[in-house]
Amino acid sequence: MKFLCVECDRQMQFEERQLPGDGTLAAAFRCPTCGRVVALLTNPMETQLVASLGVKIGGSTITPQPLETVRGMVTTGRADAFTDDGKRETGNVPAWSPEAQERLARVPNFVRGMVKRIYLDYARDRGIAEITPAVMDTARTELGLEGM
Amino acid sequence: MSLNIRTYRDLTEPDRSGLVDQIVAQRRRVADRLATVGRVVAVLSGKGGVGKSFVTAGLARALARSGRAAGVLDADFNGPTAPQLLHLPVASCTSHGDVIEPLVSAEGVRCFSMAFLVEDGRPLAFRGPETESFVWRGALEAAALREFLADVAWGALDELLVDLPPGVQRFQELTELLPAPPTVLAVTIPTVESRDAVRRALRAAMDQKATLLGVVENMVGGPFAGSAADELAAEFAVPVLARIPWHPTPDTWAALAGRLG
Repeated sequence: MKFLCVECDRQMQFEERQLPGDGTLAAAFRCPTCGRVVALLTNPMETQLVASLGVKIGGSTITPQPLETVRGMVTTGRADAFTDDGKRETGNVPAWSPEAQERLARVPNFVRGMVKRIYLDYARDRGIAEITPAVMDTARTELGLEGM
Repeated sequence: MSLNIRTYRDLTEPDRSGLVDQIVAQRRRVADRLATVGRVVAVLSGKGGVGKSFVTAGLARALARSGRAAGVLDADFNGPTAPQLLHLPVASCTSHGDVIEPLVSAEGVRCFSMAFLVEDGRPLAFRGPETESFVWRGALEAAALREFLADVAWGALDELLVDLPPGVQRFQELTELLPAPPTVLAVTIPTVESRDAVRRALRAAMDQKATLLGVVENMVGGPFAGSAADELAAEFAVPVLARIPWHPTPDTWAALAGRLG
């Protein structure tokens, strides 16, 4: 999937992604020559098809988690399917605000460990000291974490 | 006025999405993970109820008892039975960094199965639009197969047996994900109906350039009459590797393991 600014005859570049939370997706692309922006809008079926391939429009800036698609998409997962990641935290570990902890606690146990790891990696990569609901919202949009 | 629009392949500038690059990276991850696996063996029949999972488990256990490193990837996501057949209790899976550890049976068979992940008695269900789910469900199951191959710490194995569900779709997905076509072990029961279904599956395997190891005839000596294994073996120029009776002994499986080559 690529976008061409016909007037400038230039390939448009991915700009940003938005997930309204209703299964749809918006991805903006900008022409590097004239600056015109167009938005790709997908319906839930189209969003799902892309997600089913295990790829993200706009890419991802953090390393994929093991079984990321399965853990992110299965709704009948066992609560005790996974133990906490055995990887030891080193260096500066971002803290969780009470509000963020509360929000994390509402994530189904099947996928919670992976979601926690994704937010930690995101915060650490950006030098964020404390994970708050606002950080989680930003990460969710930037990383394309539909339903997380 | 007709616009002069460049086409997809004309546009070669790097893009942050890099969807093709993401797919290539997925395939590379599968290849890297399986670099320490001697051989991937797809246990195939194209027919339900012939005992693929039973044969897979019996063979894996015999391989392990003979000192060979064996793994079982249970690719029957909607009816996973490998853990029970390997006498593996369902337990939590541990992740280390970018991998998930398989569970290991008392005999040393490394196994990963959807049974470890999905609640007892519940179907495998996915988040997504409820209508027209057939459009995306197959793609999600293929993604699950890719992740089972790439994200499970299979380690050094002589044989990774892939227990396939009935039909040939999962086999075709497997073949597309692997860096090279898998070897195929066909399982049949003696009947004409099974022979015909397995024949179709083996034709599909040959179309994918898979190497055929041979045929295992299961449920021999019972109520099922016929000579499916002999006929398939003659047709595809492969050996009948074993005839499994209704009540096989460890020696039955050891003989099959010994003939696997």
